[in-house]
Amino acid sequence: MSEVWLVVLVVGIATWAFKAAGPVLLGDRELPEPVARVAALLAPVLLSALVVTQTVGGDNELVLDARLAGVGVGAVAIAARAPLALVVVVAALATALTRLVS
Amino acid sequence: MSSPALGSEPRYRDGIRAAIAVAATVWFFGASFGLLARASGMGVLAPLVLSATTFAGSAQFAITSILGAGSGTAAAIVAAVLLNARYAPISISVAQLFHGPRLRRLVESQLIVDESWALASRGGGRFDRRILLGAGLLLYVSWVSGTAVGVLAGDSLGDPKSLGLDGAFPALFLALLVPQLRAPQAALAAVVGGTIALVLIPVTPPGTPIVAASAACLLGLRGSKP
Repeated sequence: MSEVWLVVLVVGIATWAFKAAGPVLLGDRELPEPVARVAALLAPVLLSALVVTQTVGGDNELVLDARLAGVGVGAVAIAARAPLALVVVVAALATALTRLVS
Repeated sequence: MSSPALGSEPRYRDGIRAAIAVAATVWFFGASFGLLARASGMGVLAPLVLSATTFAGSAQFAITSILGAGSGTAAAIVAAVLLNARYAPISISVAQLFHGPRLRRLVESQLIVDESWALASRGGGRFDRRILLGAGLLLYVSWVSGTAVGVLAGDSLGDPKSLGLDGAFPALFLALLVPQLRAPQAALAAVVGGTIALVLIPVTPPGTPIVAASAACLLGLRGSKP
């Protein structure tokens, strides 16, 4: 039991620190121009990395499974300018149906 | 409070509204985390405290699977810390939204989670504070309450995988990424970052590919406008 609580404590503190790093250390201070240009690219870069890892990421391997179908159908919905909630729902449906028949 | 109220500026409640569909998905994942955590021998209280303090799905799932497999405390801590290290660059990207005393910034920053951050992104490095905090609050409540139901009554819920919810998150992130690709430099950086992540998935521990991908942001040093 105490080992579980050690994990909860250490991971909790580390995650608090990661999430607080920007807001507490930098806050609303103006970033120098080159740093601001680098930071402006964080959103597209990290979103792209999240799409990749959550679509084909496995435990130390690439996994091609039903998630790929979900993202594919989601991409069609995005291209058709569907609202965000609809994109999420059709992606989940496509993933579930693919998993059901495969 | 600290910024002037403009007519068209989103309110906290707009952030809550924007996150409703995502929150339902997150709730189911919270419930399945609670169920798996209970099954892996973490008890009832520890998974709840973990959800309330860590509030980051992938790291928490990694902990349950490593502890459940008996692979040890150190392995669980290292995996979860690596998975959550992406929150350092993520929190830096939204640092300018936080004002006031450090304690208040510390507390508010805990509402940063992949989904609230992605929903608040406006492209060109801009983010909306009220969307971030409104969405983050709803997602936090969903995650913790889902965990509570999962640890107490998880068996009666469906498997989120059979509901296809694991395919919904990457589609959500894709939907939020696409509008940001209009600027050529942002599109290039996104392709480079995605490629770095793809190449590293098979050869590095989970979490590392996302952190390493942020190196693609250095393209911003090349000078042209993002």
